[in-house]
Amino acid sequence: MTSIGGPAAGRPGPDSPATPEPDTGIRLRDVGRAFGPTVAVKGVSLTVPLHGHLAIIGPSGCGKSTLLNIISGLDDPGEGTVDVLGVTAAAGRLRRCAWMPQRDLLLPWRDVLGNAALALENQGVRRKAARSQVAELVERFGLGSFERKLPHQLSGGMRQRVSFLRTLVAGKEVLLLDEPFGALDAITRADLQQWLRTALEAEPRTTVLVTHDVEEALLLGSQVIVMSARPGRVAAQYTTQFPAGASRRELLRSPEFTELRDELLARLEEAS
Amino acid sequence: MTAATWRRVLPPALVVLAIAGIWDLVIHLGNVQDYIFPSVENVFRSLFRNWSPVLASALWVTFQEMLFGFLISVVVAVLFAVGLHSSATLRTAIYPLLIGSQAVPIVVIAPILAIIFGYSITPKLIVVAITCFFPIVVNLVDGLASIDPDLIKVMRTLDGSRLATLWRVEAPGALPSFFSGLRIAAVYAPIGAVFGEFAGSQNGLGYVLIQAVPQLATDLVFAAVFLLTVLSIILFVTLTMLERICCPWAGKGKS
Repeated sequence: MTSIGGPAAGRPGPDSPATPEPDTGIRLRDVGRAFGPTVAVKGVSLTVPLHGHLAIIGPSGCGKSTLLNIISGLDDPGEGTVDVLGVTAAAGRLRRCAWMPQRDLLLPWRDVLGNAALALENQGVRRKAARSQVAELVERFGLGSFERKLPHQLSGGMRQRVSFLRTLVAGKEVLLLDEPFGALDAITRADLQQWLRTALEAEPRTTVLVTHDVEEALLLGSQVIVMSARPGRVAAQYTTQFPAGASRRELLRSPEFTELRDELLARLEEAS
Repeated sequence: MTAATWRRVLPPALVVLAIAGIWDLVIHLGNVQDYIFPSVENVFRSLFRNWSPVLASALWVTFQEMLFGFLISVVVAVLFAVGLHSSATLRTAIYPLLIGSQAVPIVVIAPILAIIFGYSITPKLIVVAITCFFPIVVNLVDGLASIDPDLIKVMRTLDGSRLATLWRVEAPGALPSFFSGLRIAAVYAPIGAVFGEFAGSQNGLGYVLIQAVPQLATDLVFAAVFLLTVLSIILFVTLTMLERICCPWAGKGKS
C-alpha cells in the first residue's frame, strides 16, 4: 500500500504536452469563467486520463460546479480551452458527457425502469425496447426488485442510485458527478460510495466528481484537486494509489489514507 | 362509499342542508312572497314542473355550449401555451396582449358576436372559449416554465432534444398546473354560456333566465341557477377525477 502524495504545482504549466495523447480523457488549459463582475474560476488547468477518476474538493462557491458545467458543454469557458476526448466544441462535449447533479431529479411519473431508460428514449429507442435494455443493468446494480416503483416510493439512497444509472445508461464516455451524495445521510452515503466504486470498476468511465467531503474524494478519486475560494483556482493536486481490492473500511483505517486525508483537510483550510 | 369519502362529502352536505333550512324558515316566518324570494321547496317544485317543457332542453343546450366551448378553449390554449413557452419572441409579443384581452369584458363582446353570428351556437361557443381561455393558458405556461432548470440541463446531457424535453419532461411536469387551470375554467364556463345566451338566443338556461325574470317567475329563475351550478360542479368533479387518473404521482412530494 503506497500513496503517492505531495502537492503538485497549481498550474501544470509548460511541462504539459501541447497535443493530447490518445489516452487523455479531459484536458483543461487556463480555463476562466466570469458571471458579470464575479470571477467564478480562473486559470484552471488540469488533465484527467482516459477512465481516470478526478475528484475536486473546495470551499463553497469555489466554482466546482461551474467547472463541471464547462466541461459538460452546458457552458463555455470565458477564457482557455476545454478538450474532452479530443473535442473542444460545446456541442461535441455535450455529446460525450453525462451530468449528474446533487438532487436526483428523477421524473416522478416514471418508474425506475422508465427513469433509467430516459436517455435511450432520447436517442430514439422505442419505449418498450429501451425499458428491456436497461432492465439487465438495473438488475445488476441491485435495483431489480424496485424496477416498477415510482420515485416517491424509494428511499433517498435508492433514488440516487437510479439517478446514477440514468446517467450511466446514456452511454457517455465521461461522467460528471456534482456532489452526487451531498443530500444523503452519513450511513447511506457510505453505502453509496462503496456502491459507486464497484459500479465504476464494472463500467469504466472517465469521471469527474465534485464533493466537499474529503474522504469521499479520496475514496472515489484516483486524482484529487483542491480548489481555492473564489476565484476558483487549483490550489493543490494529489494522486492517490490505494489498493484496488480494498474495502471502504480497510481504506479508511490505513495510515496512507488518514495521512493524505489530514493533508487535504489542511489544504482545504488554507484554501477557504 | 368508504368512511373517508363520507367524511369528505358529509360536512358540505350538512352545510347546504342547514342553509336550505334557514332559508325556508326565514321565508315562512317572514311571510315572503314567492315572486320575491321562493322557498327551497317551491324552487324544486318549479324544477320538476318545468323540467320536461322547458328546463330539460335548456339544460341540454347550455351543456353543449359549455362543453364544446370549453374543449375548443383547451385546444387553442394548449397551442398558445406551447408557442409562448417555446419562443421568447412570441412570449414578448403575445403575453401582454393576452393579459389585455382579459380586461375586455365578456358582457360587451357577447352582443357583438350575437350581431355577427346570429342566434346560432357559434357566438356562445366563442364566448365560453374566451372565458375559459385565460386561466388555462396562464396556468399551463406557468407549469411548463416551472420545471427545475437542472432537470432541463440533465435532459440536455442525456441527448434530449428540445422536443424530447417538452414531451418527456415539461409536458408531464406541467399536467398538475394544467389541471388547476382547467378546473378554474370549468367554473367560468357556464357563466360564459349564460352571457352568450343573454346576448341573443332561442333556448338554453340563460334564455330561460331572461324570460323568467320579467315574468316574476322567481322560482324558475332559481331552478335554472341551480341547474347551472350543477353543470359547473359536474365539469369540475370530472376534471378532478381525470387529474387523479392522469397524474397519480402529484401531491406525493417531489423528491
